Parts: sequence; structure tokens; C-alpha cells
Amino acid sequence: MTTQAEHRMPTAALPADASGLLPAAEPIRFLDDDGGPAPGDAHGRYQRPATELLRQAYRAMVVGRRFDSQATALTKQGRLAVYPSSRGQEAGEIGAVLALRDTDWLFPTYRDTMALVSRGIDPVEALTLLRGSWHCGYDPTTTRTAPQCTPLATHAPHAVGLAYAARRRGEDTVALALVGDGGTSEGDFHEALNFAAVFHVPVVFLVQNNGYAISVPLSRQTAAPSLAHKGVGYGVRGERVDGNDPVAVLAVLGDAVESARAGGGPVLVEAHTYRVEPHTNADDDTRYRDHDEVEMWKRRDPIARLEAHLRTAGELTDDDVSAAREAAEAFADDVRTRLGEEATGDPADLFAHVYAEPTAQLREQARWLAEELAHEHGAGEAR
Amino acid sequence: MTLTMGKALNAALRDALREDDSVVVFGEDVGPLGGVFRVTDGLTAEFGEERCFDTPLAESGIVGLALGMAMNGFRPVVEMQFDAFAYPAFEQLASHVAKMRNRTRGAVGLPMVIRVPYAGGIGGVEHHSDSSEAYYAHTPGLKVVTPATVADAYSLLREAIADPDPVVFMEAKKLYWSKDETGLPVRTAPFGTAEVRRAGSDATLLAYGPTLPVALQAAEAAAGDGRQLEVIDLRTLVPFDDETVAASVRRTGRCVVVAEASGFASVSAEIAARVQERCFHSLWAPVLRVTGWDIPYPPPVLEKYHLPGVDRVLDTVDRLQWDDAPDSRFLSGAAT
Repeated sequence: MTTQAEHRMPTAALPADASGLLPAAEPIRFLDDDGGPAPGDAHGRYQRPATELLRQAYRAMVVGRRFDSQATALTKQGRLAVYPSSRGQEAGEIGAVLALRDTDWLFPTYRDTMALVSRGIDPVEALTLLRGSWHCGYDPTTTRTAPQCTPLATHAPHAVGLAYAARRRGEDTVALALVGDGGTSEGDFHEALNFAAVFHVPVVFLVQNNGYAISVPLSRQTAAPSLAHKGVGYGVRGERVDGNDPVAVLAVLGDAVESARAGGGPVLVEAHTYRVEPHTNADDDTRYRDHDEVEMWKRRDPIARLEAHLRTAGELTDDDVSAAREAAEAFADDVRTRLGEEATGDPADLFAHVYAEPTAQLREQARWLAEELAHEHGAGEAR
Repeated sequence: MTLTMGKALNAALRDALREDDSVVVFGEDVGPLGGVFRVTDGLTAEFGEERCFDTPLAESGIVGLALGMAMNGFRPVVEMQFDAFAYPAFEQLASHVAKMRNRTRGAVGLPMVIRVPYAGGIGGVEHHSDSSEAYYAHTPGLKVVTPATVADAYSLLREAIADPDPVVFMEAKKLYWSKDETGLPVRTAPFGTAEVRRAGSDATLLAYGPTLPVALQAAEAAAGDGRQLEVIDLRTLVPFDDETVAASVRRTGRCVVVAEASGFASVSAEIAARVQERCFHSLWAPVLRVTGWDIPYPPPVLEKYHLPGVDRVLDTVDRLQWDDAPDSRFLSGAAT
């Protein structure tokens, strides 16, 4: 292990100037709700990302949304046990992925399967959890993507620890943890931000504030001026961004990740967005929100806004749009075909990975289950 | 050399830090102070703040940070200051630390140690004396280790740090000052091995952590009355050594489990069940248990009534149906 010249050990020193940690008064925007230019200085100090990155984001968002709708459809056919949709949150899902290098780490939640497939994880592996054939279907070490986390915000301290470890070895790895608005109420969110600040860890927390924690609105989560304001209490810089403005999301996340990489410490980004679909396919959102509200947010669609923006700038052609849609259909076809097969699982796996070496008790129980299955199999054949 | 258990644990951490650069020690007050029980004494001075450091006061954050570091090449050894202060970290342990290897089908192992000073008998006020081992032992994916001798304290902690899986390392507080002759470094029997600490032929006492000295004293006293009690130190609760335990009970035909934790739904309950499953045809009496009462841990003035002592162990041994009479304590209606 190399020692770490730039590693900063905990000290009592706190930032003297709290104002530098506060988010802008309004969320950062480049685009208005229709994809036209946002008025005045709405984008603050941020620069418009490179055109090629925006075009890449557009394609990934189109594919991501099609994947998401395909996954929702698969729940209706019983191919997935459950699917929490991120429709409407494409800018955050794709923006998080595009802000990271391959050597960086993503710490996703259960709602971020779109981000997983955008990161290049095989969709069947990415959907393993929700299909129910295992818990995590991809290899976190090769994909640099932690298992999707279900207990809210409990993965945030892991992102801090992993990035801290990398920094101590002198690597320039950044970890990005995805959290929802509900997750910010959890104790682990607080502990993660606090540890990240005290140890000056290169980690970015992206809070996708989609308005609801299942049914509970943001007003029941916090009385803070914004979720990004929570950063100042820890000495973490906070930023707010229009989460349905892909240009702004890419600009702010890219800046946050590179700032963390450069040794600027952790950053908290709050993306204002909206969960267009119910919490999952099993949820009835008519019990807690108005249809008008959903329709209002649908009119701020991130894909439509980016498409309008790129077309106006002459940076996206009809052919580009067609190609993106064809890619999305091909992706969905593949998902549909491969998930059309019945999910299977090997009962021997149940005992194989509890420890590096199964204990005597687990070996014994694996044998008992195998005997039970052999007996059932024999009885089945006898009939 | 005569050594306390606390010093042996300190030596184990020191040797691990010296031999393996990936080992880091952190927690609350483990740095310059050396921990409230001084188990990390001198480590920051010798290895620097990067290897042994204080964290914010947040147990879930400590374990979560350790998990992330363990995912990325380190072997963290974290201290939970007291048994009852570890509860905020329980979600991290139960939902993540214990499950990571399994949920990733073996792709991500977590070599990390969570040290938990536990159990009572030191006059600690509320929240400083819990026997919390059952919570961890009941959580598949964790190993649970509790040394009762000075040599084991060193050897088992070294083994825990080297282990590829997470280990909850439970240190009986009242044994920190116990002394023994041992050279260092020392290597004792590996995880999953119970040790016969005293041979005997009439009954088997099963003990671990803080109750091993009690069981040994009881066996000494019983020998004066002509009963030879075998005393087994379980050492690791997970993995559990069924073989050594069953072999002894099959030979003696009688068994008492001695544990400080409350008995209901406890490690002692599990052990009693396992012994009866395996040794039924060899038993002359039901397996009995001497445990703490099913009460919140008592205040210091009253803890002597709670802790299993030599007399209670001997009384229980007396109830092992030596004359084939039913146990009057459990006769029908006796509980009402």
C-alpha cells in the first residue's frame, strides 16, 4: 500500500465561510420547461456540457426510458416480482452515470436499475434482484457498482468508506451515492455526510428529490429550506439543480464529481424531479396525489426538453432521433426475450456464499435440503 | 510472561498492524486515548493517525465506513465502545455486513472485525453491561467469537483480522484484567474449535467468555464433593463446534450450559437444543442452563443477583437427576 501524501487526516478545522457551502437560491437550470433557454443567470457559474456528451445523454435517456417501460410491462406478465420505475427521472439516472469514469463507483438504490443498464451492466443481471432469482446479479467489483440498496440511505456510508479507502491509496476514484428524498431523513444519510466531511472524502451524494417517499410528500420529510441546504450543517457544499433539465444535471454533476476528484471534498446535489409512475407496480398513487400534478410534471419531460434543445441548436437530426428510438426498441426486445424465460435458481447456492467457506452446520443443512429434494424427485417419478 | 487479556488484545492489534498494511483500527476514543479499556493503547503513537484513528461518534457510520473500506482493499478493525452502544450499527451489521458476500454470490467478501466489549460484572451503570451475543449469532453471515483466556484473546483476534469474513469479536469486559502466563505471539486452536479446559466424567459444563472462570471454579468445588465436571470453553459461537460438545456430553451423560446472557431465545437455548438433538440417547437428565434472568441488565448494586455464580452452577448440577427424581423446579404447576 502506498502512503498518501494528499490524504488529509481528521482535524478540528472547519470551513470558516458557511456561505460557500450553500446552494443557489434557485435550482440550476439551462433550459426552460419547453427546452428553450432558461432566463438570465439561471445556470449560475456552470458551463454547458460538450455537445457530444449531451447527444450521448439523449440516446441513453431514450434507451433508459424504453427499458423502464419494458420492465414495468414485465411485472404485468409476472416476469418481475416488482419494479420501482424511475420514469421521469432519466436526467438524474443517466447524468449520474455519465458523470463517472469507469474507475469510479456508483452506489445505487432499488429505483436505479435504469442507471445500472446505462452503466453497461447486462439488463438480465441488473434485474436479478427484481426478478427474484438472486439478490444482486452483477459483480460489483468488475462493474464498479455496489449492489442496489433497499434499506434507505444505508449504502451512503459504504460509498464514503470505499472512496476514503481509494483516496488513502492515492487513487483518484470518486464514489457517487444515489439517494431519494425520503432517504435524507435516515440517520445513515446524516452519518455519511458527516463522515465524508470530517475525512474529506471524494464522494458525491445525489439526492433525487422526486417529491414522494412512496406516499409521503417532502413536507413530511423536512422543514429545511431545501435538501441541499442540509450540507452546510456538515461542512459539505450543497447544490440544487433542476432534475428534469438534463443539461443542468450533467453540468452540475460533472462539476461535483471532478471537484471531489480534485480534492475538494464531498458534494451534496439535490435534483428536483418527479416520479411519474407510482412507487412500484403494486402501488396506487391515486390515494395520495392528484392526476393534475402528474400531468404538470409530464410537461417538464427531461427527454423532450433535451431533444428540443439539441434540435434547436442543430445538434440533433431526425435520423439521430430515429436511431435512438431504434436502439431503444432493440434493447427492449432483448430484455423482453431474455426475461421471457422462467427464472431459475440453484438451491445449492443458498448455502454456498454465506461465508467464504461454509460452516459445518451449513454443509450439513445443504445436504439435508439435497436429500429432501432427491426424495421429492424420486417420489415424483414414482407417481 | 504474565499478561492481562487487555494487553494480549493490544498486542494482537499491534502485531496485525505491523504485519499487514491493509489493517486499520478506528472507532470512538481509540486514538490518543487508547480506548476506554486501553485495548488500542499506544497504537496511534506507534503507527500514526492513518492506521489507528478516532471517528465521529456514530456507530452506524463507523461500521458503514468500515464496510466501504473492506470492499476496497482494507481490513478494518473497529471498536464499538460498549455492547449497548453498538445497537445503532445493528442495521449495518444485519442488512449489509452479514449479507454482502451472499447477496453478491461471493463476489464481495468483507474482511472486517467489529470488536464489542460486552457483558457485566464490572459495576457498570445502565447500558454498559449487555450480553448481546445472541443478536449477532442469530444473524447468518457473521462469525461470533469470544475469548475467555489470555492466549485465546491474542490468537483469536489475529485469526479474526485475517479471516475473509466479518467477525464480531466479543470481549468480556470483566476479563480484560484477567492474567495468565503466555508467550506472544501465540497460536491456539482455530475458529470452530471448542476446548476442554478441565476433563471430567460426571457432567459437562459448557461456558464461553465471562462464564468460563465461573464454570472452572464450580468444577473445582464439585471435585471436592466427589463430582468430576468437564468444562468446555466454546470460544467461537459461530462457527459452533458441535463435535467436541456432543462427544463430551455423550461421555458424561449430563450437561449444563452456563451463560451470562438472559436465557430466553439465547445462545444458551440454542446450545441446549443442539445437545439434546445430538445426545438424547446418552443423556441421564435434561440439559439445564444457568443464565442471567430474563430482565434488563440490573443496576450495579443488584448485578450479583443476576450473574451466574458458582453456587448457582453447583445447585444446577445437583438437579441433574442423580437419583432419577424429576426436577422439582419444572414439576407441573411449579411455574404458577
